Amino acid sequence: MSKNRHEGLGLTDEQVLDMFKTMLLARKIDERMWLLNRAGKIPFVISCQGQEAAQVGASFALDREQDYVAPYYRDMGVVLAFGMTAKDLMLSGFAKNEDPNSGGRQMPGHFGQKKNRILTGSSPVTTQVPHAVGVALAAKMEKKDIVSFVTLGEGSSNQGDFHEGLNFAGVHKLPVITMVENNKYAISVPIERQLACEKVSDRAQGYGMPGVTVDGNDPLAVYEAVKEARDRAVKGDGPTLIEAVSYRLTAHSSDDDDRQYRESEEVEEAKKKDSIITFASYLKEVGILTDEVEKEINGEIGNLVNEATDYAENAPYADPEDALKFVYEA
Amino acid sequence: MPVMSYIQAVTTALKEEMQRDEKVFVLGEDVGKKGGVFRATDGLYDEFGEYRVLDTPLAESAIAGVGIGAAMYGMRPVAEMQFADFIMPAVNQIISEASRIRYRSNNDWNCPITIRAPYGGGVHGALYHSQSVEAVFANQPGLKIVMPSTPYDVKGLLKASIRDNDPVLFFEHKRAYRLLKGDVPEDDYVLPIGKADVKREGSDITIITYGLCVHFALQAAEKLAEEGIDAHILDLRTIYPLDEESIIEAAKKTGKVLLITEDNKEGSIIGEVAAIIAENCLFDLDAPIQRLAGPNIPSMPYAPTMEKYFMVNPDKVEKAMRELAEF
Repeated sequence: MSKNRHEGLGLTDEQVLDMFKTMLLARKIDERMWLLNRAGKIPFVISCQGQEAAQVGASFALDREQDYVAPYYRDMGVVLAFGMTAKDLMLSGFAKNEDPNSGGRQMPGHFGQKKNRILTGSSPVTTQVPHAVGVALAAKMEKKDIVSFVTLGEGSSNQGDFHEGLNFAGVHKLPVITMVENNKYAISVPIERQLACEKVSDRAQGYGMPGVTVDGNDPLAVYEAVKEARDRAVKGDGPTLIEAVSYRLTAHSSDDDDRQYRESEEVEEAKKKDSIITFASYLKEVGILTDEVEKEINGEIGNLVNEATDYAENAPYADPEDALKFVYEA
Repeated sequence: MPVMSYIQAVTTALKEEMQRDEKVFVLGEDVGKKGGVFRATDGLYDEFGEYRVLDTPLAESAIAGVGIGAAMYGMRPVAEMQFADFIMPAVNQIISEASRIRYRSNNDWNCPITIRAPYGGGVHGALYHSQSVEAVFANQPGLKIVMPSTPYDVKGLLKASIRDNDPVLFFEHKRAYRLLKGDVPEDDYVLPIGKADVKREGSDITIITYGLCVHFALQAAEKLAEEGIDAHILDLRTIYPLDEESIIEAAKKTGKVLLITEDNKEGSIIGEVAAIIAENCLFDLDAPIQRLAGPNIPSMPYAPTMEKYFMVNPDKVEKAMRELAEF
């Protein structure tokens, strides 16, 4: 038996199993979307695969009843943990009217759901960073014990809004946690052509906040880092920059062919560290998961994804003239 | 009724809205202790404290973006761009984010932010302290753009902008700040966004304009009245979305239309006004639609000779009005 790491972090067996289920659900929805795309049923997919551990581990360290999240386009694990459902995500994949993110207006991956405090996002990267800082500013002004959590890719950490947002948060010691999901590629450009510093977290020094780099394939390591950041934030000690290092297991999107710029051996090597496999192994080693239970979970999630797919495929589109709605308040 | 300057009307509106609703707060460069480089937020820091009159780092995209985030949370931020010329780093936040938040979320989220910015020339401000930038934003559905011309309109429209549940760009003519004074009621009134206002009734020619040019037109109209030329002056007040109904009505009233802007002529908002009139009023027109605007050069130069050449002024307006009347 390997060492039980989650108890020391204050996580119950039930909670870590729930983490695993959420990661697996994200993976299975994502895989289904690729199938639907290749079958010509949905026009576009952008993937979370390889980043589920960071997304779900971080989310579980937040107050999922009160905190705000500003996710980026790969964060299926975050939005599922914050209350979005498989059905919601499939409705978005099929661009159907009932899609809670946008009513079929935006491409998949452009999350947003007010009832779950998931800020609406766009395609220009990193614009969400100042938004999360604004939520944190409001929380501080209103003396609420909440934080905002914002994510982005490592390439996006080159944008001006990253610098402007983190500096603002640092100056005013705002309760915002920024997690860069470093998956090693910004479409085709590898990290050494993106960053002049070694680690994204090195940038934290310039913003007067702690910067930590954690293994993004390990949900417990990410949980621990985000939990500590959240504790600091609600105590009034200000923001934290966390870099969760993992690997993008798919092409950038359904419109990208990653064979143009990386070797398949590299991808195969990364798959050995796939968190869906390694976390399942951990749960088995500490006696929480058995092959039988894993099979059961896979069956349940498979059914959920099937139901969501059928529902979304058969759901109606918005009426054409609905395009004219909601430019301004009615 | 108190008489106040254009900028005092700005300060008064901000102060009254902050007293009325504690969700209203101001953020921007030098807005706090200093009270703003033009002193638009004078006294607010002492009354409302550091966090409701927040001095931000010098970074315009963050001023807009942090305001947008706070607005999504439920606050009523009033972000100040120190000069309209410096709004450019925030364009992505304003256009890609603020203007689209309601639409892209299918009415789930909204963004009640007001972004104030001083614009306009004639103040020895050269290329980057003189510009009219409204045309950059005036084809972005989801945004509203207000450009008031009088202290009375400033107070009523700034209050309306702050209370509006969608993002509003509120451009204040910086030369008007201390040049223009007028009656401003003490009571808590708001004026409708999206409605133009007839500033002078007349029957011979129609002038459609906004901002400081409204005053140039009013001055010229008084002179021309002595010659028997009676000008009708429509102040757009909200330049986006345009009040088509009032534009059409004003154009039809005289059949002779002069459009005036301080912006470059090419691609300016009055081109859209001309298109509305052309589409709707062809058979009511007695003269070609006329436009008076800045020349198509990047911006107004610093040297007084060249600045004067660029700027619209009462003499240029008077000349254009007389020519149209005589057509």
